[in-house]
Amino acid sequence: MYSTSNHSWTPSAMKRKTSITSSPYFVYVLVSPLFLVLLAYVIYPLFQTFIESAQIDGTFSLQNYLEFFSLKNTSNLEALWTSIYISILSVITCGIVGVGMAFLLERYEFPGRKILSVLVMVPMSLPPLIGVLSFEFLYGKSGIIPRAFQAWLGLNEVPFALSGITGVLVVHTFTMYTYFYMTASAAIKGLDPSLEEAAASLGASRFYIWRRVILPMLTPAMVASSLLVFMISMASYTAPLIFGVERTMTMQIYLSRTNGDLDMAATQSTILSIVSILFLLIMRWYQNIRNYQNMSKGISVHRTEVKSKVGKYVAMILSLIGVMILLLPILVLVLLSFSVDGSWTVEVLPTEYTLNHYIELFTDSRTWRPIANSFEMSMIATIGNILFGVAAAYAAVRLKFKGKTLLDVLIMIPWALPGTVVGINLIAAFSEPSVFSLNQVLVGTFWIIPLAYFVRHLPLVFRSTSAVLLQMDRSAEEAARSLGASWWYSFRRVVFPMAFSGILVGALLAFVQGIGEFVASILIYTSETVPISVEIFQRMYAFEFGTACAYGVLQILLILIVLFISQKVSGNNNITV
Amino acid sequence: MPNLYEGAGILTNVKLDHVSKYFDKVIGVENIDVEIRSGEFFTFLGPSGCGKTTTLRMIAGFYYPTSGRIFFGDQDVTYLPPNKRNIGMVFQNYALFPHLTVFENVAFGLQVRKKSKQEIREKVERALKMVHLDGYGNRRIDQLSGGQQQRVALARALVIEPQILLLDEPLSNLDAKLREETRVEIKRLQLELGITTIYVTHDQAEAMAMSDRIMVMKNGVVQQVGTPEEIYNRPNNQFVASFIGESNLLEGTVEEMDDRLVKVRISPELVLSGWKENAAPGVQLKKGEKTTVSIRPESIREASSSEQGEENVVRGQVTLSEFTGVSVNYLTRVGEHQLKSMFVNRGFRVYQRGEELTISIPKESVYFLG
Repeated sequence: MYSTSNHSWTPSAMKRKTSITSSPYFVYVLVSPLFLVLLAYVIYPLFQTFIESAQIDGTFSLQNYLEFFSLKNTSNLEALWTSIYISILSVITCGIVGVGMAFLLERYEFPGRKILSVLVMVPMSLPPLIGVLSFEFLYGKSGIIPRAFQAWLGLNEVPFALSGITGVLVVHTFTMYTYFYMTASAAIKGLDPSLEEAAASLGASRFYIWRRVILPMLTPAMVASSLLVFMISMASYTAPLIFGVERTMTMQIYLSRTNGDLDMAATQSTILSIVSILFLLIMRWYQNIRNYQNMSKGISVHRTEVKSKVGKYVAMILSLIGVMILLLPILVLVLLSFSVDGSWTVEVLPTEYTLNHYIELFTDSRTWRPIANSFEMSMIATIGNILFGVAAAYAAVRLKFKGKTLLDVLIMIPWALPGTVVGINLIAAFSEPSVFSLNQVLVGTFWIIPLAYFVRHLPLVFRSTSAVLLQMDRSAEEAARSLGASWWYSFRRVVFPMAFSGILVGALLAFVQGIGEFVASILIYTSETVPISVEIFQRMYAFEFGTACAYGVLQILLILIVLFISQKVSGNNNITV
Repeated sequence: MPNLYEGAGILTNVKLDHVSKYFDKVIGVENIDVEIRSGEFFTFLGPSGCGKTTTLRMIAGFYYPTSGRIFFGDQDVTYLPPNKRNIGMVFQNYALFPHLTVFENVAFGLQVRKKSKQEIREKVERALKMVHLDGYGNRRIDQLSGGQQQRVALARALVIEPQILLLDEPLSNLDAKLREETRVEIKRLQLELGITTIYVTHDQAEAMAMSDRIMVMKNGVVQQVGTPEEIYNRPNNQFVASFIGESNLLEGTVEEMDDRLVKVRISPELVLSGWKENAAPGVQLKKGEKTTVSIRPESIREASSSEQGEENVVRGQVTLSEFTGVSVNYLTRVGEHQLKSMFVNRGFRVYQRGEELTISIPKESVYFLG
């Protein structure tokens, strides 16, 4: 090939102008907009909320905090206690269910295992509001199951019903055990069977192996999920709202805000933020010190088969119940979405059915409006998330600069903050013109909700992209550079295509989360910008269950599509050879 | 050897001018000062962590030196970004782009250079032919074997007609047989193209077989630069002597010395004499002082018991006897020392453990390391 080479690569041809990308300070050119965005939309709002809480008539005062912790009016302290108490119980119940399911499905073979292991992730497909509503429809005071028992047993009252803290706990368990399930089943899959075999060959009994080998290996996964579930429970807003538990932190914030006491709302938000960020830091610290990686390759899972006849029947019946519990929330939503609005009062099941709700969703402009709103606002937020997330992930994984850990922590903060707090923060920051909003008041305009979605889902694209980048061999990029590609060219032709699966998964996730978002939206929506979830909430209160559920089914469908695509993308991922 | 580059002007030498690299306070490499000649096959050899890859990456432009300069010919490239250097690099794990086909991988560097479609097609096809992968253009990378991937990486690096070819342990991921084949293949290409090549490896056999010159490194410091013969026969120090090939390193005291001969007492039972000029550079031998002697196992020969008592002939007990087919290797105990020796198998009797063996150490193979 060299025999016909032309001379385009003589030394003189190599002396092209050196671009900005080769400067050692280029990294700061890339990184500073990231910090600016975080400063403007994460730190500044957080800070404004604090200012709001620590100022009375323009002077610094801790009066609000004294009031919060005052023993005369203990509603705030009670709320803090209830939130913590619910969260601790949620961790316990989710842990038991999640780890139990993981062991059952990963280590045993029984009739119904396959279907159960598919359906076990169903709770992930329910947007927060929809999940809680389906439980209210199923097990609430006028729910289908209690009424069915009432009719069956011929009682005057329903024999049982979910409400109050129990209701919140059941919903939390249902929606959050998946965090335990996922980490535990990954950990169990990663457990090298030869470790157990080695322990057994050294004379350890089954119980001893559990205590000394399996549980210690699972501990990091458990602690991480416990912290996560605790944090999410603290942030939970929809379940207390629907089951009428007013004394939780999030509800208190919401009530203070709707009563116009923004100072108190800000105080409560600040306290909740501190708890959440503290937990975030603990989690990060813990994940850094405990990390068991499996040393061996090619692990084969061996499942213990349930062999006895009785065992098989018991397993089958339990699987069936499990499948029912997992599927009922979705089934009930589908069923109700066909019911005529206002037709379901005291009966066990709705009596009149219609297809109209679905037709109306797309034809009636009043019903279509929230769908269009949600799509538009979520789309805008997602585009922002992609731009920010990809740049930040690249910076965090590939570049060396001062303040990297800070960047990482700042990006994770919006994820740790309860949606309610994000809402309050944005209200505190953008009720007045500021530099970061180009001197506009954002509260009460269209832009506040996309901004809230952007902030809340900031970590999603970042995390999925950095996960792929971490796996990706960095020498591929170096190879491109050695072949003469500029930084931008190799980013475009090599890094971006190789990270595409991660970016896509994160972006889709951010998009559907936006479509299902309720907690922050309820604080900041305007009559022009009602998103789907707020509309569902309002329809519920107008007893238009059919329409509400039709919206819900639409949300679930979108999520299922996204989950399907994500699985396809990461399943066919030959990209990380 | 025909030079396939039209006009040797495109070929370049590489000069490292007192180059050091620190990672924070930790030494990566220290004060490397070497010139790699135009068209030379030059190897950086050393154990892991010796700084050979760090040096290569500075030449490639992935690291910038903490101090010192790097020149390609007359051009100072010390801070030139990698994409402006016109180098071809083959990575240890090949770093092929998994989302592109074989053809697209090889074409990548040409596309960067905005070559016409026609030209790209011709050059890529020629490059693939050169590495015996014609017809594989449409394959995906994960459909190739390790050896094939390695050859794609080579084609991709060479198709851009680089001034310098950099190879970072390119054979370490291949199995033994393939390694042998690919080694020959790389050397053939290098000879045909006459391209300045820098090769990084920890495998001394590979380095010896392929290189025009070798730079031996340890802990970031250059130990010796020289041809394979120089490095093997005249090592600068104990590290080089023991890292390259095998060696008996024996410590002793200079007992007698004249203009030509030096006699060293290793132990009461073992006295060796050798030629005075047969010493590492800078070694000053003085009567009564300590010195270290290096003897290659293959330079030792079997002697008859009647020679015993002559100079450099000793008798000992065989403590290990290894028959490898090509050779017989013995460990022979003489006093407190164990001497390694290797006799090419010419059908001689093989001594067993416990038997007495008389060996003779030729004067010219006694090498003083100081």
